[in-house]
Amino acid sequence: MRRGLTMSLFALLIFTLLALAAGPVLASTEATTEGAKASGLIWWAWPVILFGITFVMGIFAVLAGVGGGVLFTPIIGGFFPFNMDFVRAAGLLVALSGALAAGPGLLKKGMADLRLAIPIALIASSGAIVGAMIGLALPDNIVQISLGVAILGIVAIMLKAKKSEFPDVPKADNLSTALRISGIYHETSTGQDINWKIHRTPQGLFTFIFIGVMAGMFGLGAGWANVPVLNLMMGAPLKVSVATSKFLLSITDTSAAWIYINQGALIPMIVVPSVIGIMLGSFIGVKLLAKTKPAMIKNIVIILLGFSGIRAILKGFGI
Amino acid sequence: MGESSASAIRAPKQAKQAVPEHVVGASEEQIIYANILNISMKLGLAGIISSFLLYVSGVVAPRIPVHEISRFWGMKSHEYMVQTNISGGWSWLGLYGYGDFLNFFPIAFLAGITIVCYLAIIPTLLRKKDTVYAVLAMVEVLVLVAAASGLISTGGH
Repeated sequence: MRRGLTMSLFALLIFTLLALAAGPVLASTEATTEGAKASGLIWWAWPVILFGITFVMGIFAVLAGVGGGVLFTPIIGGFFPFNMDFVRAAGLLVALSGALAAGPGLLKKGMADLRLAIPIALIASSGAIVGAMIGLALPDNIVQISLGVAILGIVAIMLKAKKSEFPDVPKADNLSTALRISGIYHETSTGQDINWKIHRTPQGLFTFIFIGVMAGMFGLGAGWANVPVLNLMMGAPLKVSVATSKFLLSITDTSAAWIYINQGALIPMIVVPSVIGIMLGSFIGVKLLAKTKPAMIKNIVIILLGFSGIRAILKGFGI
Repeated sequence: MGESSASAIRAPKQAKQAVPEHVVGASEEQIIYANILNISMKLGLAGIISSFLLYVSGVVAPRIPVHEISRFWGMKSHEYMVQTNISGGWSWLGLYGYGDFLNFFPIAFLAGITIVCYLAIIPTLLRKKDTVYAVLAMVEVLVLVAAASGLISTGGH
């Protein structure tokens, strides 16, 4: 317990120091709409700082059970001098890369379910395109305030939402029956084959319109919303929900990422160190997972997200 | 694990009786999708690291010098394109000789993998007479191609 607390505090300290070290320099190059000042930093310091912070972020994301995008966009957007257009595009590509990397394993094991994902992906990816267009069209301050509110909403979901390992689905609804959305997966912990089906499919699909719009608009990925809807609303088992959610990001974020790429919101100096940092951090996070207290890390992430949400709102109001 | 979870767990034999069209694990189209995703994802990630090293090492000179990029990243993307004289859409294809735009190729490749995966499963879905899912997959391809085409755009702000 004490060891876990020490590790968590140490990780938080590193994260805070990195953010603070970057802070003054970042403040001197605060984003402006009418133009920008050159940074006082030597150019290569930027990708190094980004890599360092996203590396720690990747560790935290795995330990807290959240996607990289939901941490990346508010934290980098709140504390770095980059315009939100570039941050959101990078956030989507960070989430996309993680989902693409995890996808093959999840699909082959039968944890992510293609039959469940295909109708949802169509709705969410269409919504994400709309969201990306809205995000690019809105003024920065509105996006920042909306992002802050959304992040605080996510914090509330993370605090309140319960998870059900095997939700009770007495009867599959007509739509999921017609689409034959159901399956069997092998639960290694119990050695049993789990037979699952879903219900409330129309309500779930409708909800994914909004999830897609928010994912595209804020570049957040959408695992924070996918999992509760798949698990609690539609009744998919938790493992299937988590895996299918991760796989879904590879489709949802693809559509929104293209909108940002085509609008020129892509600066490789921001995107590439972030993608590599998050992915390497995630690998380390998986190794640390057995040695740490996930609940404590999750609380730290919730606090970090809370600060980022407030920071985004303040930034939006020019404070 | 509560009562609900207990009721959801059934022996394999019972499960197969309840849903006879399923087998434990992944379907044929799911394996096809996963295999293509696996190879493409590795190629894309290798590409993104390689092109970035070529860019930051200066082996391939960038269009925007690396020490000047911080002048632009605080701007809205629309303004950034105007200031740097860059066109939107697929114009980066013609800028392959620059280190910074070289990075667009593996990034676009990563963003295009899903389209290829969907195209690959359509014949299997059609062969299995899974018409609804074949149509859904085709529509998804159209949505993603429309997004990638650059035809869908905002006016900028």
